Amino acid sequence: MKFIKYLLVGIVFGIILTKAEVTSWYRIFEMFNFQSFHMYGVIGSAVGLGILSIALIKKSNIHSTEGVPISIKPKEGGVLRLLIGGTIFGLGWAMTGACPGPMFIILGQGYSAFIVVILSAIVGAFLYGLMKKRLPH
Amino acid sequence: MNLIEYVSQPWPWYVAGPLIAVVMTLLLIFGKKFGISSNLETICTIAGAGKFVDYFKVDWKKQVWNLVFVLGCVIGGYIAQNFLMSGDQIAISDATVDSLKAYGLAQPGQGYLPDQFLGWEGLTSMSGLIMMVFGGLFVGFGTRYAGGCTSGHAISGLSNLQLPSLIAVVGFFIGGLITTHFILPILFAL
Repeated sequence: MKFIKYLLVGIVFGIILTKAEVTSWYRIFEMFNFQSFHMYGVIGSAVGLGILSIALIKKSNIHSTEGVPISIKPKEGGVLRLLIGGTIFGLGWAMTGACPGPMFIILGQGYSAFIVVILSAIVGAFLYGLMKKRLPH
Repeated sequence: MNLIEYVSQPWPWYVAGPLIAVVMTLLLIFGKKFGISSNLETICTIAGAGKFVDYFKVDWKKQVWNLVFVLGCVIGGYIAQNFLMSGDQIAISDATVDSLKAYGLAQPGQGYLPDQFLGWEGLTSMSGLIMMVFGGLFVGFGTRYAGGCTSGHAISGLSNLQLPSLIAVVGFFIGGLITTHFILPILFAL
């Protein structure tokens, strides 16, 4: 039962991204062609309100529902891993029109062939783990 | 117009964006962090990848909540598609429709994605196979290499004013622009 809240938030997230067409390959193609403000508006307003939200959380020192103060770990640096890894993800993002979340949402929408994309992404994550020590970070 | 008809319209960016921030905030309040690509690693661990690579020898039980979140995503996609849609035409710009028609795509914006490349039909063509299999591999490999995807870096990281996340997002765009402007034109012509 303790997991039900994550299920509900996930359902809401799936509905939001579907209804805003963020999970559409066409929207991603449009974004990388700078032909509409839509995707920039979605990400921009999410980050805008997100900055406000995290600033408020930090200022108010509120506790999470698990009873401990909310702490957000800083992201790890390493310019090479961020740039190279980010670029490789970007290549795949524009091919599939999907990031890791939307892949699952698209599957739920009924595009069953996306199981192939999801399995490929899982293999991709495995290959990273396999090669991690030999990659620049 | 009743409520169901109202939510069945496509949602504008200024509704969707703030709601995504609410999702991120709710997860923080629950003591978690919004980052979906780490699930790909968790699935590897559950499938037994730790037997081959130490990197995957982690306690996956702490990540179960995130898998449940992703299961919710699948259900949310199903609900939205089957009960909250007014049609299956995506409201992309005329310029985008023209660009795609110029590449020979028959009905751009009809449905969420071009079936001939990203449906089962896509697997029977070289370009579709590359887009689905290599596209998926790149997403999985790249997000774990960069330590996050659109949710972890672009939304959570930027909201927390993280410079590493900004660098990662620059990378996302370099890759996306390369695919869109140099690789897709080749794949469409195959």
